[in-house]
Amino acid sequence: MMATIFGIPPQALFGQLLLGLINGSFYALLSLGLAVIFGMLNVINFAHGALYMMGAFVSWLLLTQLGIGYWWALLLAPLIVGLFGVILEKTLLSRLYQLDHLYGLLLTFGLALIVEGAFRHQYGVSGQPYPIPEMLRGGQNLGFMFLPNYRGWVVVASLVVCLGTWLAIEKTKLGAYLRAATENPVLVQAFGINVPRMVTLTYAFGVALAGLAGVLAAPIYQVSPLMGSNLIIVVFAVVVIGGMGSILGAVLTGYGLGLLEGLTKVFYPEASNIVVFVIMAVVLMIKPAGLFGRER
Amino acid sequence: MIARLLTGAALTALTIGALSVGPAAAQQGKLSGDTVKIGVLNDRSGLYADLGGEGSVVASRMAAEEFGNKILGKPIEIITADHQNKPDIGSNLARQWIDQDGVDAIVDVPNSGVALAVQEVTKAKKTIFLMEGPATSRLTGDACSPTGFHWAYDTHALAVGTGQAIVKEGGDSWFFITADYAFGHQLEADTSAEVKKAGGKVVGSVKAPLNTADFSSFLLQAQSSGAKIIGLANAGGDTITSIKQASEFGLTQSGQQKLAGLLIFLSDVHALGLPVAQDLVLTTGFYWDRDDETRAWSKKFFDRFGKMPTMVQAGSYSAVRHYLKAVEAAGTDDGPTVAAKMKEMPVNDMFAKNGTILPNGRMVHDVYLARVKKPSESKGAWDYYQILRTIPGKEAFASLEESGCKLAAK
Amino acid sequence: MSLHSQSGAQRGTRGAPPAATGAAAGRAAGEAAGRGGATVGRLAALVALAVLLGAPFLLYPVFLMKVLCFALFACAFNLLIGFGGLLSFGHAAFFGSAAYVTAHVVKEWGLPPELGILLGTAAAAVLGLAFGAIAIRRQGIYFAMITLALSQMVFFLALQLPFTHGEDGIQAVPRGTLFGLFNLNDPLAMYYTVLAVFLIGFAIIWRTVHSPFGQVLKAIRENEPRAISLGYRTDRYKLLAFVLSATLTGLAGGTKAIVFQLATLTDVTWQMSGEVVLMTLLGGMGTLFGPVVGAGLVVALENYLAATSLPVPVVIGVIFVVCVLLFRRGIAGEVLARMGQQKAK
Repeated sequence: MMATIFGIPPQALFGQLLLGLINGSFYALLSLGLAVIFGMLNVINFAHGALYMMGAFVSWLLLTQLGIGYWWALLLAPLIVGLFGVILEKTLLSRLYQLDHLYGLLLTFGLALIVEGAFRHQYGVSGQPYPIPEMLRGGQNLGFMFLPNYRGWVVVASLVVCLGTWLAIEKTKLGAYLRAATENPVLVQAFGINVPRMVTLTYAFGVALAGLAGVLAAPIYQVSPLMGSNLIIVVFAVVVIGGMGSILGAVLTGYGLGLLEGLTKVFYPEASNIVVFVIMAVVLMIKPAGLFGRER
Repeated sequence: MIARLLTGAALTALTIGALSVGPAAAQQGKLSGDTVKIGVLNDRSGLYADLGGEGSVVASRMAAEEFGNKILGKPIEIITADHQNKPDIGSNLARQWIDQDGVDAIVDVPNSGVALAVQEVTKAKKTIFLMEGPATSRLTGDACSPTGFHWAYDTHALAVGTGQAIVKEGGDSWFFITADYAFGHQLEADTSAEVKKAGGKVVGSVKAPLNTADFSSFLLQAQSSGAKIIGLANAGGDTITSIKQASEFGLTQSGQQKLAGLLIFLSDVHALGLPVAQDLVLTTGFYWDRDDETRAWSKKFFDRFGKMPTMVQAGSYSAVRHYLKAVEAAGTDDGPTVAAKMKEMPVNDMFAKNGTILPNGRMVHDVYLARVKKPSESKGAWDYYQILRTIPGKEAFASLEESGCKLAAK
Repeated sequence: MSLHSQSGAQRGTRGAPPAATGAAAGRAAGEAAGRGGATVGRLAALVALAVLLGAPFLLYPVFLMKVLCFALFACAFNLLIGFGGLLSFGHAAFFGSAAYVTAHVVKEWGLPPELGILLGTAAAAVLGLAFGAIAIRRQGIYFAMITLALSQMVFFLALQLPFTHGEDGIQAVPRGTLFGLFNLNDPLAMYYTVLAVFLIGFAIIWRTVHSPFGQVLKAIRENEPRAISLGYRTDRYKLLAFVLSATLTGLAGGTKAIVFQLATLTDVTWQMSGEVVLMTLLGGMGTLFGPVVGAGLVVALENYLAATSLPVPVVIGVIFVVCVLLFRRGIAGEVLARMGQQKAK
């Protein structure tokens, strides 16, 4: 008989932790996008879940309608979703910057309903299958569990993207402008930087991240119009816990909560769905601004 | 202040009034016996759409057409709606259909949770309810209704068929992945009982929400349980996803664990494809390629719908046909009268031979234990099942006494 | 004011909070109209009451009862956003929990409907106290997200707790006899009960808004730091408003459970929270009657759309977007503003 850790076979423990990390990869990618958008626009993008779903659907449509495979979709789908974001920002969101930020939330909520409802109307709610790309089929036997190659790839891809984004914002000149514009748009504008365009591009980048997460998710979960709707609330909680506007906070909290969920599945599976929300309540009691947030 | 309050009240009342003229007009048509109205209520867009959905509507139409779309000189009308697998939507639709649209019989209603809710409405309104989609045996047990009929299969039959067969083959320790609602719970309970009766044991179970996208953590739990058989007490899209993901995680490759799909429809096998689905053992109330009669009817169905019928769709045909025959015989569409007539007459059609209907509404007919063919054995499209055994109706379904239906006492 | 220290101020992009834009204009206009048109208004109210009393003879009572339940729900929600400036995106939690508790105690414990609704309402009040205590620590957009996340927790609890019966919900809830006198299985008895519940709830809201408490609440909405400097413990006022709103929401939810004889997950989803936001926004935030109009319209629209092939969420979403972009005062807000303009001439 194998040894146990806290009375749990290591096979189950490591297995669930690994699955938690995979879920955490999606949380991190999505909360990163939300944080980037929030930092610049002060808008909580309720449509984020719907755009994540759109990313998955775009890649599915690319495959089934045009025969364009996974690797191209990985590039094209975020671009298409990003472009959609540009249109949304230019035509709708930009009209609300003079108003209370809550209107941004309400508007994107409406957009989420429209996007989700339209896909649902067109394709029904049952999932559409998306095949795992040839290169990433099969899996590795890790001893404690069998890890499908594709899921391993998701973790790696998400880590690279999150790290890259963070570096770009913290270390590059463009990132510096971005941070400055978040702090004081008037001043940055005075320096001759086109702030409205920056806002548009930031929104596009944020939703493109959601689109990318959607492509990554397509082969794991079925491509379904409802795939984003419950995920997004968890991601909101992640952002609240991490502290809004904090890029690093969003990413770390994303992975951390994924792992924690996995851990809960081992010890008390019934609570795995609510553990994130319980933690949110506790964090709010102790540190209302979130773990990494500043009180503004 | 008060004036503003009152103006508002008037405004509100008028708006609501103006918007609702439509339903009011419809309500006046209630109780008109000028038509026999049949409402097919099922999942038309979700995970159960393929096993019933539009196919059940087509099958019901085929039944009506056998009567020339007319009965007792009055037209037969068939309407449809999507309950979206939500009990509240389903029961509201049923209520509205009966109250406002004068629907005489409700057909199909997959998803046991929704069916139980609709059963409450039809019971109170004394309306005929012909169930093909839902599985739970509670519909003819503690939740039975004098005007409710359970047609194609139920959890009891599935447990007797698949459960027993697998234990006999040596699958004597089970772990269940169960759809977390009425159907899943009942299927797990019924199968556990059969497994224990046959000398096996149940080592654990986990409840997965309806329409789960990712079964990986449940599958991992099943794997670490060490059970020989992982029983999938789910249906439709959930079954398909869990079988696919089990193969992604290499669950069955070791050969130590086997999947048992407790409820598998022809449409699921079609979606999975034979390479993945091969050798699954399943229980079904109908298979299109069983005899000349089933082949002939299924061919007609295929020509109209482009797919071979599932047991739910074939059952819808059979139930609607039997209902119409009873209406004809009784000379009325009054619910309780027709229900009594339906129970008097044997069911004889391509779906069932000498089927009888118990007082609790259970239609007792033979069901079949089948194995999904290997790709090499299949002779062509839709050639999926090999029938292993015919399970006599009396064995498959619970008797009136066992059912726990309170109508039985009367 | 709903936001007083948000970062938006740094960009100089602060605007009026939602409640202030629509409501303030509507209120001023409405008061002007009210003084002049008292007789007309009284007449209109009599007509309205007559219509409400006579409605079940003309229309499908179940539809009317649904409208009344949602109207009370929206009015309770509006108490918080319209008069307190707090946008809760999780009110479905109170609506749904009350429905579950009412359904459970009536069905499993065999309590009469009036006690069931009372217990459901009480449960919503307790939940409101807990959520309020956590959520009022932050404001504006944070408040919205926190309430949303907390309500999602309730959703998952409802999915998993044994007494809620997961996807099936609590079904076959008996309507019973009200006070042992009125058999609620009679549609008319049920309708007038719901109407009474609605009128009671509405009266409470009306009283609250016009009480000193309501005035302080509005003061906090308009300028919280100033209210603090005047010596008001604003957190207590906000918490009390939150609990009151949750309680009345519970009243609506409990009543709905009796009417429809079931309590299901639909009532606790975030879509439901969004729906009540829409009803209020469409009808007019911060007006007393706006939410009622909004609820009536949305329920009627959904009823109408269900019979067509148009996708309901898309239509609802479009209305949402249009309201936010062009129509922030809502119907009642616009009407009152127009009336105000005419009187001013």
